[in-house]
Order: sequence, then C-alpha cells, then structure tokens
Amino acid sequence: MEARKGSRDMTVSTIGGATLTEELEARGITRRAFLAFCTSLTATLALPSVFSERIAHALENSEKPTIIWLEFQDCAGNTESFLRAHNPGVADLILDVISVDYHEVIMAAAGHQAEAAKEEAIARGGHIVIVEGSVPTAGGGVYCTIAGKTALQHLEEAAVGAAAIINVGTCSSFGGIPAASPNPTGARGVPAVISGVPILNLPGCPMNVDNLVGTIAHFVTFGALPATDSEGRPLFAYGQRIHDNCERRARFDAGQFALEWGDEGHRKGWCLYKLGCKGPSTFHNCPTQRWNMGTSWPIGAGHGCVGCSEPDFWDTMTPFYARLPKPPGFNVTTTAEQIGLGIVGATAVGFGVHGVAKVIQHSREKTEASEQSDPAEDAGEESED
Amino acid sequence: MPRIAVDPVTRIEGHLRVEAEVDGGVVTDAWSSCTMWRGIETILKGRDPRDAWYFTQRICGVCTTVHALASVRAVENALGIVPPLNAQLLRNLIALSQYVQDHVVHFYHLHALDWVDITSALEADPEATAALASSISDYPRSSPSHFEAVKQRLTSFVEAGRLGPFAQGYWGHPAYALPPEANLMAVSHYLDALDFQRDYMRIHAILGGKNPHLQTYLVGGMAVPIDPNSQNAINATTLLQLRKLLESGLRFVTQAYIPDVLAVAPFYTDWAAIGAGLGNYMSFGDFPTGAQNPSMDRDALYLPSGVIVGNDLSQVHRLDATKITEYVAHSWYSYEGGDGSPLAPFDGETTPDYTGPEPPYEFLDTDGKYSWLKSPRYDDMPMEVGPLARMLVAYGSGHERVQQLVNSVLETLGVGPEALFSTLGRTAARAIESQVLAERSLEVLDQLTANISGGDITIHNGDLWDPESWPQTASGFGMHEAPRGSLSHWVTIADGAIDHYQIVVPSTWNAGPRDGNGARGAYESALLNTPIADPERPLEILRTVHSFDPCMACAAHILDKDGKPIVEVTVT
Repeated sequence: MEARKGSRDMTVSTIGGATLTEELEARGITRRAFLAFCTSLTATLALPSVFSERIAHALENSEKPTIIWLEFQDCAGNTESFLRAHNPGVADLILDVISVDYHEVIMAAAGHQAEAAKEEAIARGGHIVIVEGSVPTAGGGVYCTIAGKTALQHLEEAAVGAAAIINVGTCSSFGGIPAASPNPTGARGVPAVISGVPILNLPGCPMNVDNLVGTIAHFVTFGALPATDSEGRPLFAYGQRIHDNCERRARFDAGQFALEWGDEGHRKGWCLYKLGCKGPSTFHNCPTQRWNMGTSWPIGAGHGCVGCSEPDFWDTMTPFYARLPKPPGFNVTTTAEQIGLGIVGATAVGFGVHGVAKVIQHSREKTEASEQSDPAEDAGEESED
Repeated sequence: MPRIAVDPVTRIEGHLRVEAEVDGGVVTDAWSSCTMWRGIETILKGRDPRDAWYFTQRICGVCTTVHALASVRAVENALGIVPPLNAQLLRNLIALSQYVQDHVVHFYHLHALDWVDITSALEADPEATAALASSISDYPRSSPSHFEAVKQRLTSFVEAGRLGPFAQGYWGHPAYALPPEANLMAVSHYLDALDFQRDYMRIHAILGGKNPHLQTYLVGGMAVPIDPNSQNAINATTLLQLRKLLESGLRFVTQAYIPDVLAVAPFYTDWAAIGAGLGNYMSFGDFPTGAQNPSMDRDALYLPSGVIVGNDLSQVHRLDATKITEYVAHSWYSYEGGDGSPLAPFDGETTPDYTGPEPPYEFLDTDGKYSWLKSPRYDDMPMEVGPLARMLVAYGSGHERVQQLVNSVLETLGVGPEALFSTLGRTAARAIESQVLAERSLEVLDQLTANISGGDITIHNGDLWDPESWPQTASGFGMHEAPRGSLSHWVTIADGAIDHYQIVVPSTWNAGPRDGNGARGAYESALLNTPIADPERPLEILRTVHSFDPCMACAAHILDKDGKPIVEVTVT
C-alpha cells in the first residue's frame, strides 16, 4: 500500500473502516467463492498462481479504494464496458470492492451535490482517478465543460493528492477519435496534459473491464501500478501481439485466408489478414481474455482486428479493410512478427508509432499493386488447391 | 426570474446542461445546452466510406449499435446496395436486443433513483416486500429471505459509511412517494438488472465479437459468417444460445420491468399531467421485414414511421425526409450564408463558433448561442422523438400489439390516453416498447432460423465492395429509429472518399436549443410548469429530463426573478 500511505492518516479516520471480509461475511459470500475470484484475477494479471493468496490477503485487509471517474470527450463506451464486469459483477464492485464516489453515469447526485461528493473525495486524498475521453485543448478548452469548468481544470483538480490516474479507453490514453486528423478540438490524451502522478493507460475501444479490475486488484495488492510498456500500457494485458495469441494463427502460418465476406475461408475461421486484420500490429489480450464474460472477440466473430489499442490507430490503421503492408523480407511465417517488432523498435528508440504507420500507409498502394508477388497471397492460393 | 442550475445532470450519457427559471414553485422557462463537441463529421471527411460506421459508432458507447447501422444504411443508400436478408435480420436482432438492454438500464440505473428513495428501503419489512412483489409478478427472486438478504447488504453498505455512487442523493426529498417495501423491491431489481443486462449483452458478443462497440457491420452486409457445418460461424448451437438469451430478455421485461412500472406509477399519477412538452411526435419507424433498405422503402417496417402534430393521434402524417432541416441560431456554429435560416443535412455545415462565456463560468448567455447542439426541425416544427413518439405513431397507425399493450396499461392505471403526453407517459411508453420489441426479437430469430434452414447462408452483398466499382459521386441517407429516437446520417461520396457527412441525432431533436424562430426544443418545452418543491434539490427537473433518456452530458441552472442565481450550482 506504499502508494497510498501519504494520505492514509486523513483517510482512515473518516472512513467507516469496514473491510471486504466483513462485508462479504455480511452478505453470506463464502471464502471459497472469494478465493475463486482471486484465482481468476491472478490469471488476468498473468501472474503465477501463488500470487492468488497474496491478492486475496490484500483485498481482504484493505479499505475500499476511492474511485473518481471523470468523463471528458467520451462516448461512455468504457462506462458501458465497466457495467459488463463479471467475476466480480459491477454490483459487487461498487458495493463491496471499490468506492465509486464520482461517476456521472451511475451516481444518484446531480449538479452541485455531485461536485460536492467529488470534492470531498479529493480532499481525503489517496484516490484513484479514472479518466474516460480526451481532453480538448483548443479554444481555451470550450469544447468540453462540466459545471462551467473545462475538462483540463477538472483533471488538474482531481489529480491533487491522487494515488494514480488510470486512463480507460484510447481517447483518454492517446487522444483517440477526437484527436483523429484533423483533430478539430485539439484533443489530447491525459498523459500529454498532466504529470506528477503515476499514470497508466488501458487503451482499447473500449477498454476491456477485466483489465481494469486486474489493474485495481494489482494496485491494492502490491501498492503500485503494474509494469508498463513504452506506451504506458500494463504488460499483463498489452505485452503480447494479438497475432501471436490468435486462435487463427495456425491458419495464417498455413496460408489459409478468408478472401471475401462469407466465403468458405471466412465461414471456416481462416485468417482475416487479407480482409484487413490489424492483429499483427496490435498489442492487446483480446484473444486470451476475450469479451463479455469470455464469450467471444472480434476476430472470433469474423471481423478483423482494427488495432484499437494502438496510439493514433484512427489515422494509422485506416482504411480498416486495406491489408497491412508488406515490409521487406515478407514471408508467411515471419511477416507479422516483423511488423510488430518494427513498431516496438521504433517506439523504443523514440519514433512515434504514428510516423511508422504513416510510412506504412503511404506504401499501401504499392502493396496492393504488387499483390501478385505477395508470398502470403501465394500461400493462400496454395491452400485452396 | 429566479434561475436554478443542475450541473452536471448525471445518470445520462454525455454532457448536458439545463438552466431554468423558477417562479412560484414551478419552472417558467428552461434552456438545454450540450457542453461537449468532438467534430466527428469533420474528422470523417476524406476517409473511406466503408470505415464510416466504425467512426460514427464512437459517437455513443451507450447506444453502441445505432450510428453504425445508420451509417452503413447511408452508404448503401448512396451506392444502391441492398444487403442480403440474413444481414438484415442480424441487424434487426442486434438492434432489438440493444433496445431491450438500453431501456432496462435506463429504467433501473438511470431513471429509477428519481422515483425510488434508497434510504427508505432500509425501513422495509422483508415479509411485506415479498408479499408486494408476489402480488404483482411471478418474478422468481421474491422470497422474504431474498429481500432480507438485500436489506442486510444495503444496511451493511450504508453502515460502513461509504455511500459511493449513492452519496449526496436527494434522499428524503418530499417528492419521493413510494412506501419502504416498494423501494426495497426496486433496489433488489436495480441489482438484478445489473446482472441481467451484462448477461443479455452476450448476444452482441456472439454476433459482433464484443459489446459495447461490436465489430461486425459492413457496407453491404454483416461480418459474422453463417454456416451450420462450421464451429466458426453462426450454427445451430449459436442459434440456440441466442434463443435462450433473447428469452431471458423477454422474461425480465415481462416479470420485472413492466410490473415494476405498473407498481410505481400509481404513486406518481400527478406526473401523468406534468412534462407534456411539444405535442409533436416523429418516428422514422424501423425493423425491415424483408431485405429492403429502410432509407429507400419505409412501408414494410415492423414499427411504422410517421409524424403526429398537436397531440392529434387521429392523424399520422406520412414522413418526408426532405422536410428535415437544422438551425444554428442558438448553437455554437456558424453557417456561411447566415445563422438565421436552417439548412438541409445534405447542405449542412459544421463550423464551430464558440461565443459562450470563458470557463470557468456560472451561467450561459441564453439570449445568444448556448449549446453545441443544432436545432433540427421537421417542416420547420420542433419534434419529440423516442419511445413515446414511436408508441404514439404506432398506436395512431393501428399497430395491433402496441394498441393492445397501451390500452392495457392505461386501463390498469385507470387513466385516459391524454396521460400518455407526460413524463410518466414517456416512462411507461419505454416499458411497453421493451415488451413489444423483446417479443419481436424472438420472431426475427425464427425468421433467421427458417432462412438458414432454407439454405441461405449469405451475409454480404459484395458486388460493390470495391471502391473501383463506385460512381464518381454519390449521395445517400441512412435512417434508423434508435432507442432514443429518430436518427439519420447523410453522406456524399466523391472519388471513393467521404466528401460530406452530416448526422442528425435523436438527442439533438430532443435536447436542441431554440431555433431561428425562437421555438423551444423538446426538453425546454417539457420542463415548462414542472413543480419544484426545493430549488436546492431540483429532483423534479431530473425526472422530466431523464424521462427522455438523454444521450449527452449537460448542466442545468436555476435563476431567480431578477436574473440572480438562487442556487449556486456551478462550482467556482
């Protein structure tokens, strides 16, 4: 609980002090069910199973972390994703695990009472700020005001005494769709406009709630945010390429591609690369974590990945149905890895992904033109024989 | 005039601000303002029209299916593409389940706390609550021990001293009228509905990979394959899963939603005479029964299209999309040819022109421009759109099932049809519609199953997929009757790219500011004469605004007779 210590003195005296264990007991939730939940969290966090006990211990003995959820230039899609939480469900989360002291979509209070609830929570300190939506910086911030104040003013106020800021979705992480060219409102991601507080990004359009629950559990258990990549994304959720964990990877390697919507390959679950899938350039745990209680995920339901967890994907991954370009040395087994490595490498040495993908975009016409010599294409044809 | 302000209006999607004058305990005037703009229409220019659905889908994550659907319909209309029947049925299934989920979440999680006092539930007797619940419905979780457990859970939550999202509510407000037992029952269903909506939305994960923002629309069809002989496509197992989930939706609406509305309404019959509003109602209609594009053919739709003027249900006027225009007289935009006259969407302009106060501010200048929303008009008249408008148009058009349910609800509550034109009517219409459409969803699944049984597994019409096959220029519009009302997208394509894109959104119809003639929008009109018991806690404003299910975040101010704030709502 290192990160929250600074504000603890203030916090403890004003909070009722009920722990999760007490509340679970009051509700008749068995310890066995609780431990099962901790085990699943451990899996989400990609931790060895021995950590399950540590998570259980931390959750049981910690006070509920205070959450202040701010919405700026957003669509509430991350809020809706939050409402799809399972294991635990959102009712369990808001009643038992976290204290959501401000969230415009679900809170009972409105107007100045809502703002008062937020100010009380900020004054206690040690809170987690969750941000959904980008921050408009053009025109003095007039493109998003709440209670007469700009998004940036709200963000700066909420950051005071905060233990961490978690950005949910691509908009608050990187600017997202409002920041897509020509970015009419000067929209920026949160990390671009504020510093001095630990910040973590959970991009995705929307973020997967499993990763938010995992991050909060990690914070409560280990007292700090999980380790991140160069884009501020936790490695447990964004450390691996979609392509590497894709259930259709074997199809790619075998050169079996869907070529048209509804063709035999599409119906049989072949690789969607040639219909525009951006899985080879995208880091996210969609294939393993899946969505909506593990029901499915975009590629599983027949549509390619669009790269929604990558910065500037609105400009770099579009047109969505154009296939990723062929970098030098393209061949069936190494292409995707090279594309991914190219992006990682570029980021590591300080080039933006945006720049790389711009180059990619420009080379796209060439790629389409040289399709005949595309080894993946050849492989695809072979497989159809 | 005294002015009150609620800022932010919560339990809605987005950023909405309402300023209202209050005199003699009633609202005498009101202004509705949206305080956020992203410029998505501007961002779309120059992009691949086949990507537009994915961009516009991000307008809203709550009604996550509606802009995607309107967008593919617009592009299909422009290019003359007719999607195959399976795709049409899949779109219907997704839209219908969206309606059910959206309406349930609205009633229980966004609207209920306007009528339900959670703190009063702590006083409820679980035995009496079970008796009440069992008397209105055969909903299974209605035993005394269940309600005892819910009460225990609520009590321990409150006693822990952290009220979280329930802190600072208007608890104990004199306008709350439910007995403790009804409040406890509602709290129990509030919690159940959270689980229900999550489980139910697996429908969208099955058909579109994830929810929200499912990833399955295509210009010309859908991306989810159908093949009874593949495990990677819609097959017999998938259809069975879908049936079970759709049935769970119908069950929840029949056993919980409808009975709850009927149980709560008798305590609030005064709200059948409050919040009437414009008296003009419009519906685009939706749910094509065949493979037609509803933008091209509005006659074979399950829910009919039409326009009602001046509360006259005896005359449902035929809808004419060319009569739609938008004003910016009080919106933070400017038109090249002057702000006094409206423009049709095909000629629409979206040039931001903020003239409001510099933040932080306390009040907007409502004599000038005061919102990021335009003011859409039909035949130069403001229109209310949404569940009430749809149910009235369907009722007036002779839709049998709608007439049956509306009459039955009116009879149960012992009120006449005039009660429909109200805040309560809007809330009841949404419940009735959920029942009608949850039933319809199973019929559509039957239709899909039959079509697949007949050997049709086509999901996409790819004839015009390649931009090379398109004409040099093309224009079209896509209409969708979304849960919150009539939605239209208007696209012009030139040389394979988007040249012009305009979107006219339901909440713009309802929440838009005054137009060039000074005529109020639907919220502004409905708030007139709303009683306000305590200007410090304007619960009544929330009731009427929430009855529309707003899809943006705003803020409302209440000013006094001399223009001085009687309540400081903005934080300075």
